[in-house]
Amino acid sequence: MKEQLQQLQQEALEKIAQASDLKTLNDVRVAYLGKKGPITEVLRGMGKLSPEERPMIGALANEVREAIQSALEEKQAKLEQEEIEKKLASEAIDVTLPGRPVRLGNHHPLTRVIEEIEDLFIGMGYTIAEGPEVEKDYYNFEALNLPKGHPARDMQDSFYITEEILLRTHTSPVQARTMEKHKGRGPVKIICPGKVYRRDNDDATHSHQFTQIEGLVVDENIRMSDLKGTLQAFAKKIFGEDREIRFRPSFFPFTEPSVEVDVSCFNCGGHGCNVCKGTGWIEILGAGMVHPNVLEMAGFDSKKYTGFAFGMGPERIAMLKYGIDDIRHFYQNDLRFLQQFNRA
Amino acid sequence: MLVSYKWLQEYVDLTGITAKELAEKITKSGIEVENVEILNKGVKGVVIGHVLEREQHPNADKLSKCLVDIGEGEPVQIICGAPNVAKGQKVAVAKVGAVLPGNFKIKKAKLRGEESNGMICSLQELGIESKFVAKEYADGIFVFPSDVPVGADALALLNLDDEVLELGLTPNRADCLSMIGVAYEVAAILGREVKLPSVELEETNESVHDYISVKVEATEDNPLYAARIVKNVKIGPSPLWMQTRLMAAGIRPHNNVVDITNYILLEYGQPLHAFDYDRLGSKEILVRRAKAGEKIVTLDDVERTLTENHLVITNGTEPVALAGVMGGANSEVQNDTTTVLIESAYFTSATIRKASKDHGLRSEASTRFEKGIDPARTKEALDRAAALMAEYAGGEIVSGVAEVNTLKQEEIVVTITIDRINSVLGTAITKEEVANILTNLQFAFTEDNGTFTITVPSRRRDISIPEDIIEEVARLYGYDNLPTTLPVAESQPGKLTPYQAKRRKVRRYLEDAGLFQAITYSLTSEEKATQFALETAEPIRLAMPMSEERSVLRQSLIPHLLEVVSYNRARQIENVAVYETGAVYLAKGNDELPEEKERLAGAITGVWHAHLWQGEKKAVDFYVVKGILDGLFHMLGLENRIEYKQAKREHMHPGRTAEVLLDGRVIGFVGQLHPSFQKENDLKETYVFELALTDLLNAEVEEIRYSTIPRFPSMTRDIALVVDKDVIAGDIQKTIIEAGGELLKEVSIFDVYEGDRLPEGKKSIAFSLRYFDPERTLTDEEVTAVHEKVIQAVEQQFGATLRG
Repeated sequence: MKEQLQQLQQEALEKIAQASDLKTLNDVRVAYLGKKGPITEVLRGMGKLSPEERPMIGALANEVREAIQSALEEKQAKLEQEEIEKKLASEAIDVTLPGRPVRLGNHHPLTRVIEEIEDLFIGMGYTIAEGPEVEKDYYNFEALNLPKGHPARDMQDSFYITEEILLRTHTSPVQARTMEKHKGRGPVKIICPGKVYRRDNDDATHSHQFTQIEGLVVDENIRMSDLKGTLQAFAKKIFGEDREIRFRPSFFPFTEPSVEVDVSCFNCGGHGCNVCKGTGWIEILGAGMVHPNVLEMAGFDSKKYTGFAFGMGPERIAMLKYGIDDIRHFYQNDLRFLQQFNRA
Repeated sequence: MLVSYKWLQEYVDLTGITAKELAEKITKSGIEVENVEILNKGVKGVVIGHVLEREQHPNADKLSKCLVDIGEGEPVQIICGAPNVAKGQKVAVAKVGAVLPGNFKIKKAKLRGEESNGMICSLQELGIESKFVAKEYADGIFVFPSDVPVGADALALLNLDDEVLELGLTPNRADCLSMIGVAYEVAAILGREVKLPSVELEETNESVHDYISVKVEATEDNPLYAARIVKNVKIGPSPLWMQTRLMAAGIRPHNNVVDITNYILLEYGQPLHAFDYDRLGSKEILVRRAKAGEKIVTLDDVERTLTENHLVITNGTEPVALAGVMGGANSEVQNDTTTVLIESAYFTSATIRKASKDHGLRSEASTRFEKGIDPARTKEALDRAAALMAEYAGGEIVSGVAEVNTLKQEEIVVTITIDRINSVLGTAITKEEVANILTNLQFAFTEDNGTFTITVPSRRRDISIPEDIIEEVARLYGYDNLPTTLPVAESQPGKLTPYQAKRRKVRRYLEDAGLFQAITYSLTSEEKATQFALETAEPIRLAMPMSEERSVLRQSLIPHLLEVVSYNRARQIENVAVYETGAVYLAKGNDELPEEKERLAGAITGVWHAHLWQGEKKAVDFYVVKGILDGLFHMLGLENRIEYKQAKREHMHPGRTAEVLLDGRVIGFVGQLHPSFQKENDLKETYVFELALTDLLNAEVEEIRYSTIPRFPSMTRDIALVVDKDVIAGDIQKTIIEAGGELLKEVSIFDVYEGDRLPEGKKSIAFSLRYFDPERTLTDEEVTAVHEKVIQAVEQQFGATLRG
């Protein structure tokens, strides 16, 4: 009987090893461990054994059963694993095929520049002021120290609608309006972005419609050095940490003193290249201390209050920053142009 | 203003400073030097030659064979093509080995069989622009005065060894429209002296009053008029140095008298005019406003019709000059002129600007009057001109000046403290430094305990208030020396207004939904101005448009967005999705500013979604666009307050257009363009929308409040309803919602069917209804009861039947 059991075990283990799928394996299980299987047969015949042999054969039979059982389980796990792998292999896809596209648009490059500038100044405590694009001559010129007949009006030929109403030529009227609303009390700290219009023929460097951002701070004890510090911060944020600025004296009717502001060339770092035309500096904006006439006209006491103002063109900044060569791109809205400004 | 570096040295010592260095210093202190032009464009080896012989070239009609002494050994033979070359002339000779502009090297050559050892040069060949060359030499060689030494450097004689600084003057710095003005500026920058020209007059015994009387009627326009008479002048060329200076400054030489007036204009900034006294036709000068319709033929031979706005110089009866702008042809100085009346006057800028604008005439004179001249120099300039005419035109100066002077020149005195200067600039400049700067500017001042009292010289008309002085101090102190600080103030947080913040979110949403932001022009054509407009008003037209295409302010953003679609389609970009936010302009009546309303518009065409290898391709249709808008309204918290209503609008597809209502009020529309509009504009199926952004963003919305997340299961029932084709889904949905009451939380449409399996004229719409109660689990019976009510309601209202 002992030999019989040992032979059964050997037979079963061989069949288990040979089984190549779960069904065959199950057949082996039924064949050897089932109620009609040979081991059960053996156990049934135990009654014929002597009392001494019985426990020994019983133990052996259990051993054999367990050995077969564990071999079955082991093999079962292995076959299942193989089955899963086979299934997964059949499910494999070509991961290099294109994904289902998500359709995305993006900001116009001018909005991109404007929002970046807005956010910078918001962080410095400014609010954003907006005003009408169709403006009174008074706010566009007179309140800014440009009375009728002033020679500087030549500098910006305008689109008039009536004698007294025109398309604003700069966003400065928003400054005049905002100051007026403050009724002579500071502080005023605003950024004014918006569209402006001038009588220019559209070409690579001119556009009859363009955008501007101006800034204005009016308070007691505002100094020209504050203007320099503010614009320094602006230049570093927009054009890079290593940038420096310089002031060159200039003239605007609404500021005194007036300066033009250059930023050290971000392309060559100031050594001179074709972007800065060899000078190492790029003109980016105009600025100055608010003219006392402008303060007074808006109801501020120019003895008590001082202020600074600055203005820049987002088109110019975008052209410099992104290397755009023609201002008309901004208004043609060619998708091949717009799509290029899609990065976060 | 073009400033000759060599000429400038006559007024300021420039020792140790090159033209380039000077340009940098001037730029840094306030006047931009736009360019420094080196007049010698690489020219070498050009000397004065004396034409000893000239004969016809034996083999060429248009060439001359010349024997020229160039001061080096034997005279050389040179073949010359200039028509005006003649024996005895002193001319510029480019020797063999010389270099002309453009690196053109002169070599020994044979021209039509004759040897040529060099080249006789015209001024153009030496690099001078044709328009500055005196007319008599314009087509030939330049003839030097006979006293120039043979072999001398011709470039030096022509002052081509000079550099010219081009100043870009802002309107306030009219003082630098003269060499003397520039000299003051440069002297201030360098801390050096200004040397003014000395004027010495030798006058005859006759009195000017025997020749001329001056009257001014229009004293407002002409507060100062002064005239001198110079007799026995001989018209001829002006001295070479004067001609070369004029050319360097961009003025073409004419003759000695005219050149002298131009020279003084450049030197003093005072425009002068020379009349031929004998051609005036009277012994009287009367300055007055022109009569309406009065005519004058100006020096350029153009007859000009005048108005009462124009100031004229007359001989008592008829105009002889358009004051400050251009002289009259009738009194022009000509070659036979012997007696000259020199006018030096102060005309106010407004008068001259008007005349110059009306007649399209901008001259060196009018530019200076327009920007404002210094009347303190008017008479000195006159004297200097007379002196130069005596010296260089052989004239005799008649004694005295005929003048009318009603000028009330008030001295401008400005007071400012050192503390104010430093508090405005943020600096710590000392009193001594300020005093030094004022001294260099040659401003008269006194200083008392930190308070400066400054008398502004009349040449600096741009300075009248303390801030002007601050600027003078700042620019000469140097902006590079300004410290860098930030405003010290109570800090207030900066932020966007709720409107601005929402507008940014709207833009971001549309971009994330697949639309690109466009920015288009506000000005459009008359035709497009009101197209598609949500509200229309009388178009707002420009008074003087530059073109019809940009003549009227837009009332809708759609026309230009469609131009964007066309622009891209013309470049093979068929799938376009763009949006814009921007103002439209609605007139409110004359003399009032229009209302500017912000709109949001979009245009979408082509394939909306394509994933071709998986077989997906979806063209844009109404529901794509509507879906985008639904998302937008949801994002704004308005989804339950928005309705779409079928609508008919001009240029829109009558069956595929909806008006969008917010709280029952139309705030926009969405739909397909009318097929015939599409065809006319060469567009494919295109969908557009325009919404009143202002209304959307200003609509009051409740703050977000948390509501309990349902803990109990919901129950879903689907129904398919068969209704007449003209019943619209939105109405059924509304009825379902009303009938469903509290328990019905969600209704969605999951199928719409029209076709063979239904009777003619019918369609089926399938709704999915979700019921739940946040407080408990609903029983089947409860839901069935409500659901039955819903079914009853739609049966009653729309004759709907349940589809089996």
